[in-house]
Amino acid sequence: MTQLALVIDLNVCVGCHACVTSCKEWNTSGMAGYMADDNPYDADPTGTFFNRVQTFEVGEYPCSETVHFPKSCLHCEDPPCVPVCPTGASYKREEDGIVLVDYDKCIGCKYCSWACPYGAREFDEHQKVMKKCTLCVDRIYDENIPEAERKPACVRACPTSARLYGDVHDPNSEVSIAIREAGGYQLMPEWGTNPANHYLPRRKTKIRIHEDELVRSDNPLKKETDRPVGPIDEPTLDDVTSW
Amino acid sequence: MHPAFSVIFLTTLIGAGQGLFLALYTSESYAAVKLLPVQSGAFYAWGSAISVVLLALGLITSFFHLGHPERAWRTATKWRTSWLSREVIVLPAVLGAIAVYGAIHALGWNLTIVGIDTGVSNDLTLIVGAGGVLLTFTLFLCTGMIYACIKFLQEWSTWLTPVNYLLLGTASGFALATVYASLFAPELVYFLGGWAIIILLAAFVTRSASLIRNARLKPKSSLQTAIGVRHQTMTQRSQGQMGGSYNTREYFHGAPMWVFRSIKWVFLVLVFPLPLILLSVGINEASFTVLSAAFVIQYLGLLAERWFFFAQANHPQNIYYQTIS
Ligand code: SF4
Ligand code: SF4
Repeated sequence: MTQLALVIDLNVCVGCHACVTSCKEWNTSGMAGYMADDNPYDADPTGTFFNRVQTFEVGEYPCSETVHFPKSCLHCEDPPCVPVCPTGASYKREEDGIVLVDYDKCIGCKYCSWACPYGAREFDEHQKVMKKCTLCVDRIYDENIPEAERKPACVRACPTSARLYGDVHDPNSEVSIAIREAGGYQLMPEWGTNPANHYLPRRKTKIRIHEDELVRSDNPLKKETDRPVGPIDEPTLDDVTSW
Repeated sequence: MHPAFSVIFLTTLIGAGQGLFLALYTSESYAAVKLLPVQSGAFYAWGSAISVVLLALGLITSFFHLGHPERAWRTATKWRTSWLSREVIVLPAVLGAIAVYGAIHALGWNLTIVGIDTGVSNDLTLIVGAGGVLLTFTLFLCTGMIYACIKFLQEWSTWLTPVNYLLLGTASGFALATVYASLFAPELVYFLGGWAIIILLAAFVTRSASLIRNARLKPKSSLQTAIGVRHQTMTQRSQGQMGGSYNTREYFHGAPMWVFRSIKWVFLVLVFPLPLILLSVGINEASFTVLSAAFVIQYLGLLAERWFFFAQANHPQNIYYQTIS
């Protein structure tokens, strides 16, 4: 079974909000639209977004780090938002695990948004239905666009490639390898929602060089001479014998 | 959470309506075993009518909560998984059962079905009423479970939630029944008022228990688990927007802290001690004025109680919305 998802690399995200704007641009005119903005140039601007980038300061200045944290629907594998929906408007697709809202069935009771621990759903005050990230379901299967571009808009927009996209159930996909090898984790694991989206942690890239590694002080492997051969009844592996 | 007035009115109105019906049925079944004087059909019929009106008012206010009320019929489809859907099915069923119960009384259908000799001449109403009672309890369960089933809303996620809905609704309904009886069946005032007080005391125990439980709750989620960074000192520097969003409106009660704190005491006083005193005085004098004051004050208190119930629930998504920028 396929489970499409995003993997977001917090080590790489620079907090430029390119994913936020490209998400809004694509989706406001797509099948998930429109995503109205109210008072955009006035006091109290507000609007519907599927994706937001937040910023956290970790540690205390001057020993602090800035973590930019993009947040959207995590397409949970056990989504608490789906069973509570009284109309069946919220559903999880069998074929690819995307969690969607059917705008024609939604009655706007907001119950699902209460049942999402991540606050990933937003109620649209104009269409009066619940909205959320669709993983650009109207784009990733569109055969009219070149295959390389059949990815969520946010993934395509990210200038630092902090957003990876793929099938987390395929052990050899780019996303599964990233999760496995770079310590990918899920948000709020305590609620058993099993989010499909994963985050890659901040990493320190360090190489340790000792003084004596810079200067060749001796000839540890004695490359220039013949290597002595021990008695035949002794072990012969280089690292267990010492000559 | 942000308390929505439509839901506050829905839950308090149907609670009183259901409680009133339970009170009527209790008095009728006591009469059946000759523990209480039998009342006229009109007494039960008009009582059921009041109960139906309360439930219908609740149903109507609930529509104000919906973005698309014209699609409300769809809510009946997912009863297998959703408590909200179950409530939407059971509420009209309760309404119907109470209406039928009242109608049989009003029409005076003297049908004997089981045929046991009871103090009440027809047992059709007892049978229909029993079905209604079962549905009424189911409705209380559904209403409570809508909130109790969301496990990360830790303030709600306890068996005390449905129990409180049951006891508070029943207490208010019995108080209303006492008011009603003081006008049309004074000999029932002692009985109904006594039960109103007993249920009120039970509700006080369970509601206080949930307040104490909530005061001691340790939130399971923290900023550490929310963003997955294990560091003790973290501060939010921006939440991705400068103005508000659905996330900042729907999940915060938005009232100043002193209002939030005082509402708790307001409801504790209005729901429990004041009606208790008024009920005790009222049943001794069978005074309509005192008893209705008890019911009205308690109803206002229940509105405050429901507001507090919503406002107190702290949604884990709020962790992501602590600082604007
Ligand atoms: S992140 Fe929230 S809205 Fe998305 S699937 Fe999980 S629970 Fe549902
Ligand atoms: S708001 Fe819409 S999608 Fe959400 S629970 Fe209600 S009907 Fe379902």
